Amino acid sequence: MTHTFHGGVHPDYRKRPDIPVTVIAPPPQVVIPMIQHIGAPCKPLVQKGDLVKMGQKIGENPAPVSAPVHASVSGKVVAVEPRPHPLGDTIMSVVIENDGLDTPEFMEPMTPEQMKNPDAILERIRQAGVVGMGGAMFPTAFKISGGIGKVDRLIINGAECEPYLNGDHLTMLNYPEQLLKGIELVRIASCVDKAYYGIEVNKQDAIDLLNSLHPEKYGIEIVPEKVKYPQGGEKMQVKAVTGREVKPGGLPSGVGANVVSTRTCYAVYQACYEGRPVIERIVTVSGSALKETVNGLTRVGTPFGYLAEQCGGFVKTPRKIVLGGPMMGICATSFDAPTIKGTSGVLFFTEEEDKHVDEPTCIRCGKCISVCPMKLEPVFMYMYYTKGDYEMLEKYHVMDCFECGSCSYNCPGRMPLTHAFKTAKLMFQAKAAKEKAKAEAAKEAKK
Amino acid sequence: MNDKKERIILDVAYQPQVRTNVDTRRLMLRVIIALLPAVGVAVWQFGLNPLVVIASSVLSAVFFEWAIRKFRKQSASIGDLSAVVTGLLLALTLPPSAPWWLPIIGTFFGIVVVKQLYGGIGKNFLNPALAGRAFLLASYAMLMGRYPAPAALSGVEGIDAISAATPLSFLYGSDPMPAYYTAKTMFLGLIPGAIGEISTLALLIGGVYLLATQVISWRIPVSFLGTVALLTLIFGGGGMSNADFMVYNLLSGGLVLGAFFMATDYATSPVTLKGQLLYGAGCGAITVLIRYFGGYPEGVSYAILLMNLCAWAIDKAFHRHQFGVSKEDTKAEKEAQKAEKKAAKEAAK
Repeated sequence: MTHTFHGGVHPDYRKRPDIPVTVIAPPPQVVIPMIQHIGAPCKPLVQKGDLVKMGQKIGENPAPVSAPVHASVSGKVVAVEPRPHPLGDTIMSVVIENDGLDTPEFMEPMTPEQMKNPDAILERIRQAGVVGMGGAMFPTAFKISGGIGKVDRLIINGAECEPYLNGDHLTMLNYPEQLLKGIELVRIASCVDKAYYGIEVNKQDAIDLLNSLHPEKYGIEIVPEKVKYPQGGEKMQVKAVTGREVKPGGLPSGVGANVVSTRTCYAVYQACYEGRPVIERIVTVSGSALKETVNGLTRVGTPFGYLAEQCGGFVKTPRKIVLGGPMMGICATSFDAPTIKGTSGVLFFTEEEDKHVDEPTCIRCGKCISVCPMKLEPVFMYMYYTKGDYEMLEKYHVMDCFECGSCSYNCPGRMPLTHAFKTAKLMFQAKAAKEKAKAEAAKEAKK
Repeated sequence: MNDKKERIILDVAYQPQVRTNVDTRRLMLRVIIALLPAVGVAVWQFGLNPLVVIASSVLSAVFFEWAIRKFRKQSASIGDLSAVVTGLLLALTLPPSAPWWLPIIGTFFGIVVVKQLYGGIGKNFLNPALAGRAFLLASYAMLMGRYPAPAALSGVEGIDAISAATPLSFLYGSDPMPAYYTAKTMFLGLIPGAIGEISTLALLIGGVYLLATQVISWRIPVSFLGTVALLTLIFGGGGMSNADFMVYNLLSGGLVLGAFFMATDYATSPVTLKGQLLYGAGCGAITVLIRYFGGYPEGVSYAILLMNLCAWAIDKAFHRHQFGVSKEDTKAEKEAQKAEKKAAKEAAK
């Protein structure tokens, strides 16, 4: 039996796990932004002119919700200045000129004794800068430690439900044993006896391979899941594996579950067994502007322009650079912006992928309602959005929307539904922040 | 970086960056394809006049859609093919002997008054094809009530070639059902009736195609047909066993055409999942009521039009259950609210 959730869509997947992983040659200059996670930005630990080694820590912040960043090549720091960031804006970054030697400076691999101690594993995960590498980039150590005691179901996310992306699938196929060991470490750190590994059945070869390696030895059960987007959404994973529904506005740990992505577990393996921090990952490079899809093992800090050149260059003029998968991926604004820890894919799209219409028209077909995994009613939410009736928007639970894009994807009238809800949510958040500041100011004044 | 690339202007957009291929035009095209078997049966049984009626209906519908939007300086919308569907559906509800000009009056009312004056596709609150038919039924009762005999019944004794009695008039009349109306002939469509409604088989083929291609969901047709079946099975009539009565009811009139193609009209049916079930059941109940007690022999179109008016109210009533909130949670919250109110009342005392 395959597990799943309510709603969802079946996008055109265009996955190419048959294309083997190629190593993208490290660029002559890497750009390492000081923000590659959710939380406090790192402060640079190096200055212009310093020599750094591959794996050396070059930025950190002692705040609990943060993750240090490391040099992904060895060489000379040529600039510490704001540079274009893939998520928009310019962010303080360390620019390293690659000396081509890749002189390593990794941490000591952990001893088997240490690997039984949850605190030691957590400390290593923190030091290695591991974040949620499915794209959310939430610091993994904080996520795991926050769930200890509350979480009885550890779920590893192997759905990879976004079209185009192959990184998780290829990790399962190429490093199955390492992956299982990584999951085991996350499980030990989470202080639970069992981890459930949810994998969509379009990766049957990976499921069979992992099952042949006796995952039960590591305290892991493989859970086959129906192929449906957004199966890899955190709340959908929890629903599919445990049948529990995460409370509105709450975290999965509120219902005793924690979700960690495949690539994150592999990063944990590398951090503990090899002492390697997060300095590279598989990035699927695709889109109609390129000749063909490349599954490239890419260093963190590789600029998109350089990445495209390494993947054969453009055959058509790109119109959009999409980071991650096309369903939830956002657009980069510069070819100079680099890949970061959470970049699972870089898609160069042309007009071909763009289904723009001049006048989106709702025909009231209700297809947005039947696909919404959060059981929302986008057709009415959009109506209230255009009317400016924010009270009703809240009543229709717009804050529950996690912007998976299913409604917009499926809309025959091409309505900008997800766009509207994202805008509305940002507005609500801004309003809440304003009110909080006001209340605090009032408190201060009272004192 | 490379200078040439810097000059490329990049688009930005919120997610999703890809969209389905199934747009409004493709959905409408599928509806048109689904109706072709019924059109084929009409030509087979009634000759070429149905084609003339269909052509006049479709062309006039598209013309009115184009003209009114041009006149009101709105964008062209005939490319979405919804006007073609409206014209086609209206034609299929007319008698096969209808004159060519009759549908033009109907499409004018349906497209201009009911659809475009209320804001165009997705905004109308009545099904434009059925509203057009209702308008014609009120204005040209004679023409709308005369059904010629199909080719399969030519020469059969007791059949009036120009105005044959439809099975429904026997089911709810005093005369017993003639021998040539059997479940088989009615299923295949060898009976008098409107252009597109006679063959249940042809309509089912189209309906299954629409279900398979996810143009419509099962909820409305199943609850509609199910309610009709259940009510006729319980109450019976027509001087036959209740089961036979139910089968004849399902196979006669515009029921299947209405359930699959008219009641499922997007703009005029509920979008909430439970609401669709109630809406379909309502259509079925009103159909049966009109068939039993109404002045018209057939009630499908009025049943759907009446339920069209309720669609928005039904949607409001069936606001969906929030994800992550169990039924116990809602109950507890309601009880807490009640207790609060009670406490407030007592405090006020």
